[in-house]
Amino acid sequence: MSRPNKTIYMDHAATTPVDPRVVEAMLPYFTQKYGNASSIYALGREAHAAMEEARSRIAAILNADPKEIIFTSCGTESDNLAIRGVAWANRDKGNHIISSPIEHHAVGHTLEQLHKLWGYEITYVPVDRYGVVDPDDVGRAITDKTVLITIMYANNEIGTIEPIAEIAKVAQAKKIPFHTDAVQAGGALDLDVKKLGVDLMSLSAHKFYGPKGIGLLYAKRFTKLVPTQTGGSHERNRRAGTENIPYIVGMAKALELAQNAREEINRHVQALRDRLIQGVLSTIPDVLLTGHPTQRLPNSASFVFKGVEGESILLNLDLQGVAASSGSACTSASLEPSHVLLALGLPPEICHGSLRLTLGKDNTEADVEYVLSILPGIVEKLRAMSPVYQQMRSQ
Amino acid sequence: MYSELVMEHFQNPRNVGVIENPDGVGKEGNPICGDVMEMFIKVRDNIIEDVKFRTFGCGAAIATSSIATEMVKGKTLEEAWRLSNRAVAEALGGLPSNKMHCSNLAADAMHRAIWDYYQRHPELERPDWLVEPRGHPEIHAEDE
Repeated sequence: MSRPNKTIYMDHAATTPVDPRVVEAMLPYFTQKYGNASSIYALGREAHAAMEEARSRIAAILNADPKEIIFTSCGTESDNLAIRGVAWANRDKGNHIISSPIEHHAVGHTLEQLHKLWGYEITYVPVDRYGVVDPDDVGRAITDKTVLITIMYANNEIGTIEPIAEIAKVAQAKKIPFHTDAVQAGGALDLDVKKLGVDLMSLSAHKFYGPKGIGLLYAKRFTKLVPTQTGGSHERNRRAGTENIPYIVGMAKALELAQNAREEINRHVQALRDRLIQGVLSTIPDVLLTGHPTQRLPNSASFVFKGVEGESILLNLDLQGVAASSGSACTSASLEPSHVLLALGLPPEICHGSLRLTLGKDNTEADVEYVLSILPGIVEKLRAMSPVYQQMRSQ
Repeated sequence: MYSELVMEHFQNPRNVGVIENPDGVGKEGNPICGDVMEMFIKVRDNIIEDVKFRTFGCGAAIATSSIATEMVKGKTLEEAWRLSNRAVAEALGGLPSNKMHCSNLAADAMHRAIWDYYQRHPELERPDWLVEPRGHPEIHAEDE
């Protein structure tokens, strides 16, 4: 199969292209309707109205009250605000937080800091070999000092979807605030906060064809929250800083478009994903699918290839026009293998060979067939020069 | 992230493979990031006549292995011993700083191969410059 004359983008879990309709919705708010939403004159009121309209539209999709939507700069900030904000607000009640070992670093590193600097105790409930949290484990981890439970909705590396509604019931029974990092689920899964039963939920626009640099935190009414970014009285005193109107408008538009086309896009990418998984597993030896076989994001295919290193696979794919990603140690600044793959119980030497292919609405069957035509050769070439693979084969 | 020369060696690595009945074998690795490389040398009249490598690792690991083999081929054992990881990286036009420690193990693996050569030839007088290479014990455990 010859190389297409375009880049085949299969890294939608990292980011997505902005939908042109979103750009169109944003444009007037850069140069024409550029007022500060806090200003009292007409330009400011116009900006404020656009922001509140966006807030209402987003709230409708989340089945929330507009007052429960806090605009932030990204998913990481939303996670930070939820975790630090609730932990600090409830310091008099306790200092214990429950989470999982496969959370995004926006959650994991925030919890580590709370532990190291402020003495919070963190319990990481285990995941099974597919990355699934058992709600009963969450229940057993609760103590009279527990002030927050934070478990992600869907994992960004392996695509596993967590039983959020069941975990929420466990949290509700004990009246403990429950936060979910839904950044990877945005656009793909149901975001109805009442059905899910969550108290706090983080989202980021660039995962559903919106712009980078804008996110939101849903915080249920009466959830005690200390602002982590202080200054003005923006966002009902919960997040200071001039609101980014064009991006807020863009996020609302992107979420609406994603929501309206969700089922159709999911059907499309899931068919491609299933072909991709089947093709990889049937043509390449010594490869494992990571994450849950069925309870996974419709667009997510993730693997580990024994005896090869992930970055080398990525570079070879890139040289042949395919953009993907890896949890390989060599692609991370820390040089440590992926904490997610380690938590699944995979040996570190296996974790080095990870590859994540995440599909999007514009991917085609031809894209998948092209990847399937080049990937076996890439893996074979790398394995031929890999002493680790030769050793595995001889054992 | 990588220079054109790194990518060129990554795409077209030189001297990949193993030497049957080698005169020396060196293995080195970084246990944290997992990169492992093996060097095989054939020596005649104190000259490295042939050298081959196998590497498990990232783009930098493969490229440094490849260029290191080119740098030592035809050189005396002492000249090859003088090869440093820094010289390998410079020959490639530089590496990202984290890759220096993670993936640039080529000279270390070569030093081990030369050390192994002298271990296999106890009749040879050990030169002054030869000292046992230091590396990660867990990488070499299976060899010892």
